[in-house]
Amino acid sequence: MAEEVELSDEQKKEIAKWFLLNSPAGEIQYVAKDLRSVLNDDGVYNEATMDAFPIYNKTHMICLEMPGRIGDLSSVLVTSYGELAGNEFLDPRTAQVAIIDHVKQVCTEVRPASDEELPSPYIEEFRGALDAEILKYIGEAYPKGVCSVFCTYGKDVEGPGSTFELVVVISATKLSPKNFCNGSWLSVWKIEFKDDIQVLEPDRQIAGAGAHYFEEGNVHLDAIHECKDSTIFQSADKCALSIANIICHHETEYLGSLEASYSNLPDTTFKDLRRKLPVTRTLFPWHNTLQFSLTRDIQKELGIGK
Amino acid sequence: MEAAMGLMRRIHPKQSETALSALLSLLPHHSSDLLSQVDQPLQVLFDTDCGKEFILCEYNRDADSYRSPWSNKYQPPLEDAPYPSSELRKLEIEANDVFAVYRDQYYEGGISSVYMWEDENEGFVACFLIKKDGLKPGQGRRSSLQEGAWDAIHVIEVGPEEEGMAHYCLTSTVMLYLTTKDESSGSFNLSGSIRRQMNMDLTVAEGHLCNMGRMIEEMEGKLRNSLDQVYFGKTREMVCTLRPPSEIAQMRLPDS
Repeated sequence: MAEEVELSDEQKKEIAKWFLLNSPAGEIQYVAKDLRSVLNDDGVYNEATMDAFPIYNKTHMICLEMPGRIGDLSSVLVTSYGELAGNEFLDPRTAQVAIIDHVKQVCTEVRPASDEELPSPYIEEFRGALDAEILKYIGEAYPKGVCSVFCTYGKDVEGPGSTFELVVVISATKLSPKNFCNGSWLSVWKIEFKDDIQVLEPDRQIAGAGAHYFEEGNVHLDAIHECKDSTIFQSADKCALSIANIICHHETEYLGSLEASYSNLPDTTFKDLRRKLPVTRTLFPWHNTLQFSLTRDIQKELGIGK
Repeated sequence: MEAAMGLMRRIHPKQSETALSALLSLLPHHSSDLLSQVDQPLQVLFDTDCGKEFILCEYNRDADSYRSPWSNKYQPPLEDAPYPSSELRKLEIEANDVFAVYRDQYYEGGISSVYMWEDENEGFVACFLIKKDGLKPGQGRRSSLQEGAWDAIHVIEVGPEEEGMAHYCLTSTVMLYLTTKDESSGSFNLSGSIRRQMNMDLTVAEGHLCNMGRMIEEMEGKLRNSLDQVYFGKTREMVCTLRPPSEIAQMRLPDS
């Protein structure tokens, strides 16, 4: 029985945020539109979007185009790794800072990054080399991929002997709202460079794939995968190559097993839920009530059927 | 209301319960519309008189009590509650028995319930429900299914008999949840719900149950195929578009 209690603005705002944060990749604007209608209260709606959009954007690591350099449409990935201030995000590749409007999901302005915001030349050697290798990799592997490499720890390290951490973010989205289908792929590789042990570990890669198909229905896929690996610390170029190869190897393997999951689906997993046909391989004999009474008696005798 | 349904179509089926209660609290005046149009995973109660479980839905509910198809009693007990006529109750009993066998043949387990009631047009409405929990399959595990559920709701409106024929309108909804987890592929979750309608005019020579049963069987088959090929196929296609399985991306050798 629904109680006719009026919700407080705070409660409505929390509900609105929940819907926004749980929107499938690429669909938050549609959800926001429907939500505005349902809420019927622009004050609450605006507060909810101001809170929810930044979190959504960073969780999904959305990619925005940076206006500016003529003939060179660079893009920036909105992530917590590159966040300098609430709406300022660093693009390490072009050494620029993008100022973005979270709710409209656009980049409104670009400025060059200051020296304090960028990593040291020593770090940049590694970061840049890795960035170049990853770019090559995604150029081949991802038709619509974008990537970025951030330094999340130790960006001011001047020379060998200290630990630092780089994060590789690879993101690809395909949005076909007209075909009622949207999908996203996101992989995040954290790489710790431990110079004193001469080892580096891509630590806990999280590859996430998601897809949403909703023509006359509502079907979601989400798949998450974690793994670890390691390799030897070498020169910046060699490191970059070996890391890129490791990433390529793991992602390819993962994709292979996703494919396998999908192929197995009809015969195993699905069959556990509902068979295509009964064991008799014929349709159910609805007209044969005599058979039913028999079946019922047999069932009672054998104690089958609770 | 349209916006509310729009929201439900986007939210992940696993979160539909939360989404529905959120919408109910935001739009209390639309609660009966929301409850009848939004599908929720099926819940079950245990009939203590007959020692069997039965499925809950809007069609066997009155206030906060639910009528068991086995004992025909409301749990918890309720006064002045609606019951089907004795004629219809006979059909309901037979339907429950036959449907249970059907269910066993296709689902090798699970729970089913059928509810019937008269409607204003001298016809009646029947609701066939199936709930299958994939963790307890009939014959041992075939796969690494961690969690899985299939909920089916079939509502058939049967028109009055005219010259030996009757009109049947079937609306079916299937909700499916699959989660597999293993070492190499991590966790993989596919969930969905689809809804379809089917209308037929059939002779009542073999009885209503036969007609309804055949329609449901055909519909379930179509929905299962649809889910498998179209829906799962589309999501798989999407992932492959984003990152094609690569014989192309090769390990690159260092330039020496």
